[in-house]
Amino acid sequence: MKKILVVDDDPYILMSLEFLMKKGGNNVMVARNGTEALDFINSTVPDLILLDIMMPDVDGYSICEYIKKTPKLKDIIVVFLSAKTKEADIQKGYDLGAALFISKPFSTRNLMKEVNSLLGTP
Amino acid sequence: MSYLVIIICGIIYLLLLFGIAYFAEYKLKHNINVVNSPWVYALSMSVYCTAWTYYGSVGRVGTQGMEFLGVYIGPTIACTFFYPVVRKILRICKSQRINSIADFIATRYGKNVSLGIIVTLFCVVGLIPYISLQLKAITSSFNVLSGNKGVESNLLYFYKDITFYITLILICFIILFGTRSVDASEKHSGLVASIAVESIVKLIAFVAAGLFVTYGLFNGLGDIFEKAAQQPALKDLFVFGNNGTFSGWTATMLLSMFAAILLPRQFQVSVVENVQEQHLKKAIWLFPVYLLIINIFVVPIALAGMLTPALGGVDADSYVLALPLHYGHNLLGLFIFIGGFSAAISMIIVETIALSTMVSNHLFLPLLFSSPGTSGTERSLFKSIINSRRGSITILLLLSYVYEKTIAQHASLVSIGLVSFSAVAQFAPALLGGLYWKAGTRKGAVASIVVGFCIWFYTLVLPTFLNSGSPAESNIMLHGLFGCELLRPYALLGLDGMGPIAHSFFWSMFLNALTYIVVSANTKGNAQEIYQAELFVDIFRHTNNPEQSTIWKGTAYMKDIRSLLANFLGADRSQKLIVSYANRNKIPLESSFADARMVAFSERILSGVIGSASARLMVRSVTKEELISIDQVLNIVKESQQALEVNKELRKKSLELTKATEMLTAANEQLKQMDILKDEFLYTVTHELRTPLTSIRAMSEIVFDNQDMEEEMRNHYLSSIVNETERLSHLITQVLNLERYESGRQKLHTSVVNIDELIWDVVHALRPLSDEKGSELTFYSHDSMYLVLCDKDLIKQVLYNLISNAIKFVPEGRGLITIKVRVEYEELQVWIEDNGKGVPAEVKELIFDKFFQAKNQTIQKPEGSGLGLAISKKIIDMHNGRIWVESAPGLGSKFIFSLPYT
Repeated sequence: MKKILVVDDDPYILMSLEFLMKKGGNNVMVARNGTEALDFINSTVPDLILLDIMMPDVDGYSICEYIKKTPKLKDIIVVFLSAKTKEADIQKGYDLGAALFISKPFSTRNLMKEVNSLLGTP
Repeated sequence: MSYLVIIICGIIYLLLLFGIAYFAEYKLKHNINVVNSPWVYALSMSVYCTAWTYYGSVGRVGTQGMEFLGVYIGPTIACTFFYPVVRKILRICKSQRINSIADFIATRYGKNVSLGIIVTLFCVVGLIPYISLQLKAITSSFNVLSGNKGVESNLLYFYKDITFYITLILICFIILFGTRSVDASEKHSGLVASIAVESIVKLIAFVAAGLFVTYGLFNGLGDIFEKAAQQPALKDLFVFGNNGTFSGWTATMLLSMFAAILLPRQFQVSVVENVQEQHLKKAIWLFPVYLLIINIFVVPIALAGMLTPALGGVDADSYVLALPLHYGHNLLGLFIFIGGFSAAISMIIVETIALSTMVSNHLFLPLLFSSPGTSGTERSLFKSIINSRRGSITILLLLSYVYEKTIAQHASLVSIGLVSFSAVAQFAPALLGGLYWKAGTRKGAVASIVVGFCIWFYTLVLPTFLNSGSPAESNIMLHGLFGCELLRPYALLGLDGMGPIAHSFFWSMFLNALTYIVVSANTKGNAQEIYQAELFVDIFRHTNNPEQSTIWKGTAYMKDIRSLLANFLGADRSQKLIVSYANRNKIPLESSFADARMVAFSERILSGVIGSASARLMVRSVTKEELISIDQVLNIVKESQQALEVNKELRKKSLELTKATEMLTAANEQLKQMDILKDEFLYTVTHELRTPLTSIRAMSEIVFDNQDMEEEMRNHYLSSIVNETERLSHLITQVLNLERYESGRQKLHTSVVNIDELIWDVVHALRPLSDEKGSELTFYSHDSMYLVLCDKDLIKQVLYNLISNAIKFVPEGRGLITIKVRVEYEELQVWIEDNGKGVPAEVKELIFDKFFQAKNQTIQKPEGSGLGLAISKKIIDMHNGRIWVESAPGLGSKFIFSLPYT
């Protein structure tokens, strides 16, 4: 069972993502903002993280940067889920080491497929 | 000393002057202008010091004491005060190619022929005695030097008279160097060079005489004055006071002030011969210095002469020469004679040239041209101009000679210089008035000059003839013309107790100026006059482009203009002038009709040759002129004034333009900024829209894909979808509203509203929300009614935003929200207070920005669009009110908005 952390400041999205990831047979944890997310990964290292970018306290980019700079965290697969759609914003996400950048709104089936392939689960 | 030696020396000196004049002209041909220097210019101005200065000053000390100084103080003062005047005259003469004082006055008053004639005639009458005085000085100094008691000369034996031969030699000299070019406005470099040398010679000679007398015969200045002081008769002479009268001093100084520019020779050297305008700056102090130096030894020499008993029988005028001779210094005497000779002939030369130009251009040529059949060949016209000028020179000098031999023998000579000064001073009102007063008219000028001259003649000239002694004549002097006491020449209208000069000066100038003003004020000039007046008075405005202000209506053929110019200047030169002028002003030469500017140009060129009045006649003879109406001239005058105003306006406009450009740049910058903001706004809006869309899509897909979901769970998802849809549409409405307010498309529908009613409405609407959160919402309503003019719906929206915000931020279960209304100054303020967590000081301003919350909220994401405060601020701005927040962290916040209230 893979560990997945879902980070989003919108409660409905968070709820939906939690439901979807659980349905995919994963161990799912949620964080409602950046601070919670950081607290979380410092105690438990997930295999994959679904990361929103625009959050009031700490933005998703910084979290990604932190993950990729921290040796014990750098293997976490980062997937951005963001309403940002500008080319430059997407590029920035990949530059920071994200495995995937998915624009909101997204197709739930497609998301599931991508996450599964990233985790190597059928 | 023998006749022969003196004559040979005189001739050698003249030959030397010839040489200098020739050298200067020769150099000029090789493009080196030796007279192009302020020093030469100032020295040539010193032609002001004539034999009258050289010999006469010393003589005058003997009779009138220090009063002679007035003649030199006057120009010194004039140099200071007349600088702008002379500069203006210079500019005018250069641009209009004016070549004499008569030309100047005639041109100013509409290029009038008769005015030119009057001025010329009066100049001749006024100055012939002055020239003859110089001739007399040469003769008498010659006699003193040779030791001959001058024989009472008789006109009949002129061939025995040395003065006659001197006159002839001068005629030759002047003709040779004064009439080389047909263009009288061209410079006489040779002459000016020789005049400058003569000025140096006379200065050195006089100073040499002074030094000899002071230090050779006496032991310095102190010695002379000490000895003189011992004789009461002499003491008075060098003490200011008893001798000179106030009126005498004043008149002398004022007269010589005017003379320094109005004398034809002064006008000639300082205006016509001026090479560069800036030379004037140096000359205005060099010239007074010259006057000062030449006057230092006047009083010592005079006193020394009177202290020398052996000179008792000698005329005081001759002291300068007689003193060295008496002590046997013949060579020094010869040098001093040469100095005096220089002073005399330089004056004769310049005065004669100036007068001859006037006589020729204003008396002879108009006669010549107005008689039929003048269109002679090129050569003959050339010749007739040159010949008329040569004839004038001869006639003038011969007249002076004759005057000297006849009338001058009987008249007292002492004040001839001042009499001439008084004559030319009569031009002052017309000339100065014409320079600064546009309303001065030709009739005014003619009347003033004629009146001035008549008085001058009656009060100064006539008495010199009448004093010869016949009873009938002295009757006029004593009892006035026709026995009328009021008409006594020396005491007009009973004005007694002044010297003749002061008396004449007072009356002539007073009536002259009065006539000028009164007649000018009561007459109107014709078009040409008004045009000239405009050109003269505003010369500094017009000199930049004289052609553009040309007024001329008519037709002329280029062919005629060409041949007219060729007649006077030669084909080559005129062709060159025409082509260069055409090129400069971009006038096509192919056209067979002459351009108006070309016509004006040829007239100006001809003016330099034959004077403006004659030039006008000539040009008129080849052109068909239409009469220019006074209206057209006035229009042009007005246009030029308008041009000035337009210019001013333009400068203002260009300043405004610069300012506008700056503002545009700033605005552009702002627009760019706004564009960026707009982009940002749009991006933020789409982002804000994407968020609910995302959850709606995700939740719908989940519900759709999971048909087996528990009932409760499904309902939760579905209701969430509904909520999010509502949020979405609310957001869209808010964005559209804000956009409408910001674009200015939203119009205010104002009405008088009772603010309490509005607040009650909102409070009622929000009460359930507040209750739901367990908060206390209180509105402290007033007894009095506050009526305010506003858009009811919009203000309601503001109230709704602020109050719902407050409800949102107060702590669950113990929230306190109070609303108050108060009037402060001219504002109606609505206070909405809460006990929420407050607003940090650093974002107090920022919270009214769009989507502020999206970027800057803490942990818990709040509900709402993030546009409420921005919209509220926009609405309040539209009402010219204010909205702000007062808050301390932890102590809640007060949102206050105000509306204008009167």
